[in-house]
Amino acid sequence: MSDILTQRCDVLVIGGGMAAAWAAIAAAKAGASVILVDKGYVGTSGVTATAGPNHWWIPPDPVRRREAIEQRHAAGLGLGDPAWMERVLDTTWRTLPDLAPYYRFGSDGKGGAYYSGVRGSEYMRALRAYASAAGARILDHHPALQLLTDEDGAVVGARGHARLTRTDWDIRAGSVVIATGGCAFRSGLIGSHGNTGDGYLMAAEAGAELSGMEFSIQYTVSPAWASTRTLPYTAARYYDAQGREIVAPPRGHAHYQALGAALLKGPVYADLIDAPAALPPILKDIQPFTPPPFVRKGVDLFRDRWPIKLFGEGTIRGNGGLRIVDEDCGTSVAGLYAAGDAATRELATGAISGGGAVNSAWALTSGQIAGAAAARRGLAIRGKAAGRALAVGSAGIAPASADRPIDRKMIEADIDHHMNGYLHSLWRSRTQLSDSLALLDTHWRTISDHSRAQGLALVALRETAAMTATARWCTAAALARNESRGIHVRVDAPALDTAGGARLLTGGLDRIWTRPERRVYAEAAA
Amino acid sequence: MIAHIFEDLCNGCNRCVAICPTHVLDAGDGAPVIARLDQCQTCYMCELYCEADAIYVGPDAQQPESVDPQAIRASGHLGRIRRDHGWDRPDEPGHLDLYRLLGPLLQEGGETAARRYRAISAGEIDPDR
Repeated sequence: MSDILTQRCDVLVIGGGMAAAWAAIAAAKAGASVILVDKGYVGTSGVTATAGPNHWWIPPDPVRRREAIEQRHAAGLGLGDPAWMERVLDTTWRTLPDLAPYYRFGSDGKGGAYYSGVRGSEYMRALRAYASAAGARILDHHPALQLLTDEDGAVVGARGHARLTRTDWDIRAGSVVIATGGCAFRSGLIGSHGNTGDGYLMAAEAGAELSGMEFSIQYTVSPAWASTRTLPYTAARYYDAQGREIVAPPRGHAHYQALGAALLKGPVYADLIDAPAALPPILKDIQPFTPPPFVRKGVDLFRDRWPIKLFGEGTIRGNGGLRIVDEDCGTSVAGLYAAGDAATRELATGAISGGGAVNSAWALTSGQIAGAAAARRGLAIRGKAAGRALAVGSAGIAPASADRPIDRKMIEADIDHHMNGYLHSLWRSRTQLSDSLALLDTHWRTISDHSRAQGLALVALRETAAMTATARWCTAAALARNESRGIHVRVDAPALDTAGGARLLTGGLDRIWTRPERRVYAEAAA
Repeated sequence: MIAHIFEDLCNGCNRCVAICPTHVLDAGDGAPVIARLDQCQTCYMCELYCEADAIYVGPDAQQPESVDPQAIRASGHLGRIRRDHGWDRPDEPGHLDLYRLLGPLLQEGGETAARRYRAISAGEIDPDR
C-alpha cells in the first residue's frame, strides 16, 4: 500500500453503534484524545439505527430499583450480577437525558419529556453529533482488521483499511475499546449486515476470552422478503399453506419452535387482524421504516395475509460476547475494553435475552464505563515512549500454508445454515452441535491455512473469518452447556442442571476451548 | 435492495455514498454508482439521507428487482421515508411525540396474543372454525 494513514491517540474506539458512540463521548469528556473508527457510517451503522431502542428505565427509588433488579436476577437464572444491574439502571437514568441538545425527546403526554424510548435513526444521528461535539474524531468506513500489541501483550492500537479511499491505516493508542456489536451470521436481520463478529475475532487473536456464547438463539418474525421491526407482529396470527391456524405459544423458545416446525414443512403466513386498533394510523409515525416493505410490495400490512420468515439474531439479541473481568469493562487483555453487544451481557441479564431495553441500557452503560476507563489508562500512559507494536491475528493475512482460492460464499452459506437454520438452532442436541462444529472447524482451517487478501477483499475475507470463529465459539459453548438454561435450549438436556450455575467461557482459534468461570463476582443474595 | 438512482433528481452531493453503512455505492460522474449491490441490506438509510429524494429502494432484501422508473416516479414513494421521519422539516417540533406509545402497543399486542393462546388451549376457541 502506498500511503498509510498513521495516527496516534489516547483512546481508539472500534465500532459505530450506540455503545461505540457512548464510549467515545465518555472518553472525550474525560479529556482523552479519541478516534472512533467504524466499518460503516456512525449514524446508520448497526442494528440500533434501523430500530427504536427502549432503555431499561427505573426511577431512582430504592424500592422500585430493588424490585426490578430482583426480578431480573431471578429471571436470569443465576448468571446475572445485581451490582452490575444497579450500575446499568443508574448510569442509564443519569446519562440518557444528556442527549437533549442533539435529540429532540418526544412528549411523555404529561407535559414532560419521554426519555426511555428513542427512534434509532435520530438517536444515532444525535450520538454522532454529541461525540463530535465532545471532541472525538470519527473515521467512517475505516474497518479495523487487526489489533496491535506491545511486547507485554497489551493492546496499543489497531490496523485496518479505509474503504472509500482504499488506503490502509495504522492507529496507535493508549487503550482500545471494542464496540463492534454482536453477530447475526448474515441472517438478513435488518441493520446487521456489518455485524460479523469482527471485534470478537480481533480480541480473541489478542488473547481475549468470551463468555455466554451459548446464549445465541433468538429470532424475529418478519415478512419473508425482508427483515423489519417487530412492533406489528406481537398480535399476529399464523397460518399454514392450507389456511389452518398454527397455534404457537405467544413467546419464548416454544413460540419459535412452533413457527420453525411449520416453516420446515412449508410456507407460513401471518395476518394482523388482532393488532391494537390504535396501531395502524400511527405506525408510520413511530416506525417509518416498517410500512415501505409492505406498501412497495403491494401488500396491505393490516388486512392481507403474507408469508413470514424467522430472522436469526445470533449474539445481537443473544447474550454472548467478550468476557468482562473487572468493573471497568476490561477484557482479559490489558489495554482492551469491551462495550455493548461486543461484550457479554450476562452481567445485566443473565441467561435470558436482554431484549431491546436491557441491551440498550447495557450498551449505553458499558460504553460510558469502558470509555471512561480507557481514557484513564490512555491519559496515564500518554507521552510514554511507545515501543514496538505487533499486529496480531493471521487469518486471511498470513496463511499457515500455501495460498489458494477459497469459496467464501460456500462457507458463509454453511454458517447461515448451521447458525440460523431452524433445525440446528431450535432443536440443539449433542449430535447436531458436534456435526456443526466439525464442519465449522474444517472451514476455519481452510481460511487460516490458505486464504490471503488485501484491501477491500481482505475486509470481506476477515468478515468470513470472524463469522466462522464466532460460529465455532457459539457451537462449542452450546455443546459444553449440557443443560437448558434461559435462551440456550438443548432438546437432549431439557432441564436446568444444578451444576450449571456458572458462566461458561470460551476462546481459542485453531483449538477452541471452553471452561466454567470461577466466580469472581459476589454471589447474589438468595 | 437499492433499485434506482434518478439522475435528473440527483444533485451529485454523494451523501448516500458516505452514509451507506455497507459500502454499496461509489461516487460517479454526477450520480453515484451502485457498485456492490450484494452488500445492500435494504435498510432505506440512503433514502432517508437523500435530500433530493432521488433514490428508490425496492422492498425485496434477498434479490435485485428491476423497476420501471416512470412508475416509481408516479407512485409517490420517492421521499416518503424522509417525510415520514420529518427530516424534511427539521425545525418543526413534535416528530417523536407519539413514540411513547410504542411500549404500550407492544404490551397490548402481546397480551392479545397470550389471551388467544390461553383460550385456544382451553378449548374455548377452535382456531379452524
